[in-house]
Amino acid sequence: MAKTGIYTFIVCLLIGVTAYASFYVAPTESTMGLVQRIFYLHAPSGMTSLAAFLVSFIGSVGYILTRKPRWDWLAVSAAEVGVAFCTVVLLTGPIWAHPAWGVWWAWDARLTSTLVLWLLYVAFLILRTMIEDADRRALVSAFFGVFTFLDVPLVYGSIWWWRTQHPQPVVFTSAGLDPTMRKVFYLSWLSLTCLMALLIRQRYELEQSREELRTLEQELEAH
Amino acid sequence: MPLLSNTAVLLRKELQSEYRSHELLTTASVFILIVIVLFSFTFDPTSAESRQFGPGLLWLAFLFSASLMLQPCFLKERTNDTLSALRLAVSDPFAIFLAKLCANTIFLLVTELLLLFVFAVFYNVAVLSVFPKLALVFFLGSLGIATTGTALSAISSQARMREVLLPLLLMPLLVPVLIPSTEATKALLEAEPTLRWDWLGILIAFDVVFLTALWLFGEYLLEE
Repeated sequence: MAKTGIYTFIVCLLIGVTAYASFYVAPTESTMGLVQRIFYLHAPSGMTSLAAFLVSFIGSVGYILTRKPRWDWLAVSAAEVGVAFCTVVLLTGPIWAHPAWGVWWAWDARLTSTLVLWLLYVAFLILRTMIEDADRRALVSAFFGVFTFLDVPLVYGSIWWWRTQHPQPVVFTSAGLDPTMRKVFYLSWLSLTCLMALLIRQRYELEQSREELRTLEQELEAH
Repeated sequence: MPLLSNTAVLLRKELQSEYRSHELLTTASVFILIVIVLFSFTFDPTSAESRQFGPGLLWLAFLFSASLMLQPCFLKERTNDTLSALRLAVSDPFAIFLAKLCANTIFLLVTELLLLFVFAVFYNVAVLSVFPKLALVFFLGSLGIATTGTALSAISSQARMREVLLPLLLMPLLVPVLIPSTEATKALLEAEPTLRWDWLGILIAFDVVFLTALWLFGEYLLEE
């Protein structure tokens, strides 16, 4: 318990420092101005969500191979946290896009594939609510988790190939990032990854408690 | 090869049961026909516009009809309680999937090719000269839809709200089939038809990846 408290404190501190750094330390971007600062939340959230989906995939494969419930808990916890971060990306994206490009949404490769990714993992979470039996749910959703993760590179590939044939707005030019901006970006990435680990851990413990409760209820019924 | 002989027997069973009932092919064909007719009300179906939007709407219609067609694939085994019998009958459970996905690919392909001609007539598009190439695109696309769809039908048959669940799981997963199939079909329907191997490459990659995944993990879905 104390360990979780300390870890939560460190994550909060990191988030605070990152917020300060992205507003006051990082220089204001010359063409986009203040709104560019959303970049320090937007881009690292995207990378964190991908990391969470990778953890979820590991959980799914782990469950299929070992049939230990803890792998399933890891898969669902990471998928939920990944969807949360992906939602942040999809919400902060339009806020940034509107002043920068003049439109809320553009069907560019990166945006479209992030949206499809979000849909895939939302479907994964909905599937889990539709099956009552815990073992069956774990097995079936692990299988779908593997399918989903395998689909990700194909989604990126096909959408990228499709979009590069059509006019598209320039998202990242190769001009490179200012060194201070780069440092703030890495700091933000670090703190969001720590936040991801904390959230997955908390969600995992919740799943563990649910399982314990279920076992106790079954024992009670047996008596 | 027990896998191949088992698959052949099961495939024959699937085809025979469809031959006797005609349920899937009739409903799917009529469904696609309805979608094609309804789409004609949303834009002017003259030739130039048909070439631009036609392939997209055709593939969307195929996708929707597939999500209906694949629904009973495993459900009928569960309601008739024949899945355990099937499992006992074959040495490799992958044979069950292989037979079902072959049958589904055939059903999809037959309805698609049938409706292609109806589409060509209604939307004034010339398809005869490029028919073999179109058939190749349709085959690769249908194989992708059937592979993922058969696996997901095994999943959704075990869940509540299965009628809604299957399209919900299947549609986003099939984005890498929809885009290349549409683009490849579009390139073949243009004034100077070209067979786009770049798009076919993505379709082949999709088919190979998911067939392998089904081969490796599929049997877990059939556990009782």
